[in-house]
Formats: sequence, structure tokens, C-alpha cells
Amino acid sequence: MEALSFLADGVLVALEPLNLVLILIGVTVGLFIGAMPGLGSVNGVAILLPITFLVPPGSAIIFLAAIYYGAMYGGAISSVTMGIPGASTAVATTFDGRPLALQGRASLALVTAALASFVGGTVANILFTLFAPLLATMALSFGPPEIFALMLLAFATFVGLGGDDIPKTIFSICLGLVLATVGFDTISGEPRLVLFDIDGFLRGIGFIVLAIGVYGIGEMLWTIEQTRGEVTTTNPKMTFKGMVADTKEAVRRGWKGTWIGSILGFFVGVLPAAGATPGSLMSYGVAKMVSKNPEEYGKGTPDGVAAPEAANNSASTGSMLPMLTLGIPGSPTTAILLGGMVIWGLTPGPRLFVDQSEFVWGLIGSFYISNIAALFINLAFIPLFVWMLRMPFTILAPLIFVLSIVGGFAASRSMHDLWLIVIFGLSAFFLRKFDYPLAPAVLAIVLGPIAEPTMRQSLLLSSGDPMIFFTRPIAGPITVVAIILILLPAIKLLRRKRSEKTA
Amino acid sequence: MRQGEISLAGLLALFSLYLMWKSTELPIGYIRGQGPGGGFWPFWLSVGMLLSCVAIAWNWWRGKTPASVSDEPLMDSFGWRTVLHVGGGVTAFVALISVVSMYGAVALFFVYYLRFLGRHSWALTLAIAIILPIGLFFFFEGAMQISMPQGLPFTQPFFDVMYDIIY
Repeated sequence: MEALSFLADGVLVALEPLNLVLILIGVTVGLFIGAMPGLGSVNGVAILLPITFLVPPGSAIIFLAAIYYGAMYGGAISSVTMGIPGASTAVATTFDGRPLALQGRASLALVTAALASFVGGTVANILFTLFAPLLATMALSFGPPEIFALMLLAFATFVGLGGDDIPKTIFSICLGLVLATVGFDTISGEPRLVLFDIDGFLRGIGFIVLAIGVYGIGEMLWTIEQTRGEVTTTNPKMTFKGMVADTKEAVRRGWKGTWIGSILGFFVGVLPAAGATPGSLMSYGVAKMVSKNPEEYGKGTPDGVAAPEAANNSASTGSMLPMLTLGIPGSPTTAILLGGMVIWGLTPGPRLFVDQSEFVWGLIGSFYISNIAALFINLAFIPLFVWMLRMPFTILAPLIFVLSIVGGFAASRSMHDLWLIVIFGLSAFFLRKFDYPLAPAVLAIVLGPIAEPTMRQSLLLSSGDPMIFFTRPIAGPITVVAIILILLPAIKLLRRKRSEKTA
Repeated sequence: MRQGEISLAGLLALFSLYLMWKSTELPIGYIRGQGPGGGFWPFWLSVGMLLSCVAIAWNWWRGKTPASVSDEPLMDSFGWRTVLHVGGGVTAFVALISVVSMYGAVALFFVYYLRFLGRHSWALTLAIAIILPIGLFFFFEGAMQISMPQGLPFTQPFFDVMYDIIY
């Protein structure tokens, strides 16, 4: 009941005029950004982060969370109408959304996506309200070894649950962590890893630089090369009567996928470093697995749109939980939000719920309001988005490049960082061509500055004995789970070989 | 693709070795009373990068990744040309910022991309290339109070006029 009274206060904070206006603007901007191919919530939040310094921190995070929500809704739009995901979180939405659009049922796919997103967001908000204080209380007993164990778990999730090439995932994680150490050693204060003795590296490498390079330049180049610059669009018919009929059909044929996505998405989202992309892919897989007609999947079934869309919204809220309570971002976007909070002087982690309870509950309240706002704004804007997406890609692409470069400079005010963005972007393109996952590197550059000091403090506590990560009551089990997750692919491989032998 | 996969792994392995060497500028072992040295963390992570490259090469040797068994070229001539034109355009855009200012570079980049890559009409190209940088100027310099690079001195008259409008 205490949570409900905090929540009511939080909703009132979110309904304050300034915050409400920011929510409405944020959701609308997020919808447009999410709907643009090549731009996802991560770009939106990264590019608009500097703007938030104009308002108080509480309102700033509410604005960014609203962008995040809007982008999650918007991601489905280009997946359905153009066949290319607006963000990585909407990749699974293309599997059935695109076939539906090709059948002239784009309106059904878009309405299903909007409704599923709303249910996913609502379920996640309720779970968030119930579990956040519990996790926060537990998190108060976390010391350096526990936090380092959690960091290990975050990276292990990527290795164990990700479908990507394992050595390439590990490479990506290590690269991000090493890049995070460039600049000065925070403990001894000495310059460290000043690459090629270029003075610009003394300032370190910011996470925004890597994120904009990878997503704003690298991903765009990849999309242009893959589609050969010719992104094909469909022209879905949109009428009010048709939308009402589609709403009824979406509820009838998409409810199962919606519930699977809502529940599964939240729990995958809560896992550190997992986030909305694996959440939506897993939900699609489970919905297909339990369906009576799995053969319909991939050919255009509303359930196949509902499951990933409910999941990516649910996971987006879920991934806020470890970010706020433990200081661990669950996705690249929350990693950027985390960076923002640090810049505003807020310390995410166990103490946040105690020291800044008004801020936290205001944010949670804004999740509820953002979700409702996003549903209505999305439904109202669907015809307009479709019109905007008919803009030739040769206009959209340079716009995105310009926003990336101008946004990158606005964030760092350094030409050195702009060149780094270009270098990271071009490198990301070639790495992507050879299936190197880059999201782990973006996460690692944010988590690195938390992981390294906690590891060094822990080893100092234990006089250099690494067993400290195994013997403490909370750190121990987390470390063991992390190691199991890291070894999971190898265990699966061994079991498969053994069963092949016996067969 | 097959040759590209192993060449990239080799290149990344060399970069890992460079990072390992660079990390040794600070102590990489345990210092009594101080904990691990400043180079410990980056050094062992670079070792992790190097080992990952070895594993990637091992998978390549066994033909376990799609790229390692692909005889197709990394990109055809159209792909290379596209990447060169677009990637080169973005690089030139950043290079021009120090010469013609951020807003000038944005305008030139739009002209290049819209007119020469997108083959749009001059009317549309010029409309976007003029209106957007001006919009960005009002947004960043006016609303956000963020000064963008102004390039060489010859751009100053333009900025004088624009600042007169804002202030």
C-alpha cells in the first residue's frame, strides 16, 4: 500500500504542467525518431540529452523516458511500412508486420503494434511498481564485490543469452571496457592509454561518441549498403472505419502474443544488459512455440506483431528497474539515460530510492502517463507517419547524418570527438559486415567506469584474493550464475555432441 | 568474405597487442597496499580481446561462421562505390567544419547528398540546404546557447548578421 501512495504522489509530479508538456513533446518526438529507419530510442536519447540541461533533473529524466516510450511505439512503424526496423528492438516486428503490409493489411499491423505496446507498457508499469522498492531495499546491502559481480552478470547475459557469435561478443565487450579506460586512471591519477599519444584522448572517450558513431553513422551506412539506397515503401490505406475494424481484429487475434510479450519482456528487460531487443526476439520465439498454428508465423499473423511489440515496451520499462535501483543499465538507451543522470548529479543505485524518492516516484508516475499518452498520440499520428516515411531515403539519410554530427558536437564540443565519431562509424560498418555485435561495446563503455573501481576495491579488500567474489553471500551466487551463463554456449555444444554420439 | 574475416581478425589482434603494450605504461600487477595497478584492468581486457581474435580465427579455420565459408566478395563494385560516396561524404563534411563552419558544412553536405547522390532538383536541394542550417543555427546558438565551430575568418560576416538577429 505504501507503494501505491508513493505512486499517487509520483503521478501528481508527472502531471505538473511542465512535466506533462515534456511528456507530450517527448512522446511525439520519440515516435518520430523511433519511426525513422536507422534511428531508435538510443539515438533520440543520445542526441537530445544536451537539451535536457535546460530543465531540472527530475523533469529532464521524465522527458528522456517519454522519448524512450515514444520511440518504442514508433519503432514498429518503419518495420511494418518499409520492412526495415526503426530500431533493433523492432527487428522481430518485421517478421510478420512486413508480410501483413504486403497483403495490404498495414493498418491492422500498426494498430496491433500500438495496442500490444500499450498493454506491454502497462503490465510492466504494474510489475515495476510492485518490485522496484523490493529490489531497491535488497540493493542497499551491495558493496564493491556485489556490484562487480553484477557487472559480470550483465556481460554474461550477453554471452549466454545472445544468439550472436560468442568470441565476437566477448571481443566487443572487452573493446568497450578498454575504451572506457582511456584518459586518466581514476585511482592513481596518472594518464592512461593515451592512444598514439594524441592529446585529445586525455579527455577519455565518451559513451555518446561511441553510441552516435555506431548507431548514427555505422548502422546508416549498413542500411544504405544493404538496401542499395533504395528503400521500398508500401502505401497502406488508412480510414477511421477500417481502423475500428482492425482494432477489433487486433484484440481477437493478437491477445495471446501480447500477454506472452508483456510478461516475458519485463523479466528479460530487468536482466542487466539484456534489454528490449533480445526480449522481443525471445517473446516472438515463445509465442510461435506455444501457438496452435506456428506455420502462420512469418506469413503475417497479428500475434507475431503483438508479441515482440508488447515485449519491447515491457522490457523498456523493465530495463529501467536495474538502472534506477542498482545503477546497471539494461539496454544501450538506459545506459545513456544513466550517463545523463550522472551528469545531472544524481547517483543511480541503492541510495537513489532513499535520497531522491520524489525524483524516482515522479519518474515511475511518468511511465504511466507516458504510456497512455503514447497510445493516443500513436493512433492519431499513424497516417502522418506513413506520409513522412514516404519521404525519399536520399533526403532522410543526409538528415540523419547531419543530426548525428551536429548532435555529437553539441554533446562534447570537441572536433577530436567528431573525428572519433566518424572513425567509430566507419569501423562499426565493417565490423557489422562481419557480424560483430556492437551493442555490447556501447554498454561496456558505460559500465567500465563502474566495473573497474569496484573490482580494484574488492581485490584491495581481500588482499588480492579473487575468492572474495565467490565467498560473500550475495556476490557469490551472482558470480556463479554469471560464470554458468558464460559457459552456457559451451555446455550446450558439449551436450549436442554427446547426443550426436549416442544417436 | 572468407579472406576479409581472417584479415579483420588479424588486424584486431594487432590492435589488441598495441593496447596490451600501451597498458604496460602503468603497473599491470598487484601492488601491496594499493590493489591492482592502473594498467591491470586494460591489460587483461586486451588479452581477452587477443584471445577472442584467436577464437575467431579458430572458428574461421573450422568454417563455423557464415563469413568463413562464403566465397562472395565483401561488397560488389556498387556497394564499394556507395560506401565510398556516403562514407567519404560524411568524412568530407567533418573535415569542412573547420573551414566553412558547422552550418556551412551542413549546407554543402546537403547539396552534395541531395543533388549528386539523391539526384533531387536544384530547387529542393537549395531549399533544404539553406533552410535547415539556418534552423539549426537558431536552435543551437539561440535556444540552446551552444556555439558551433565558425570555421576560417571569412565566415565571420555571416555570423555577425545572424547574431544580430538573435541578440
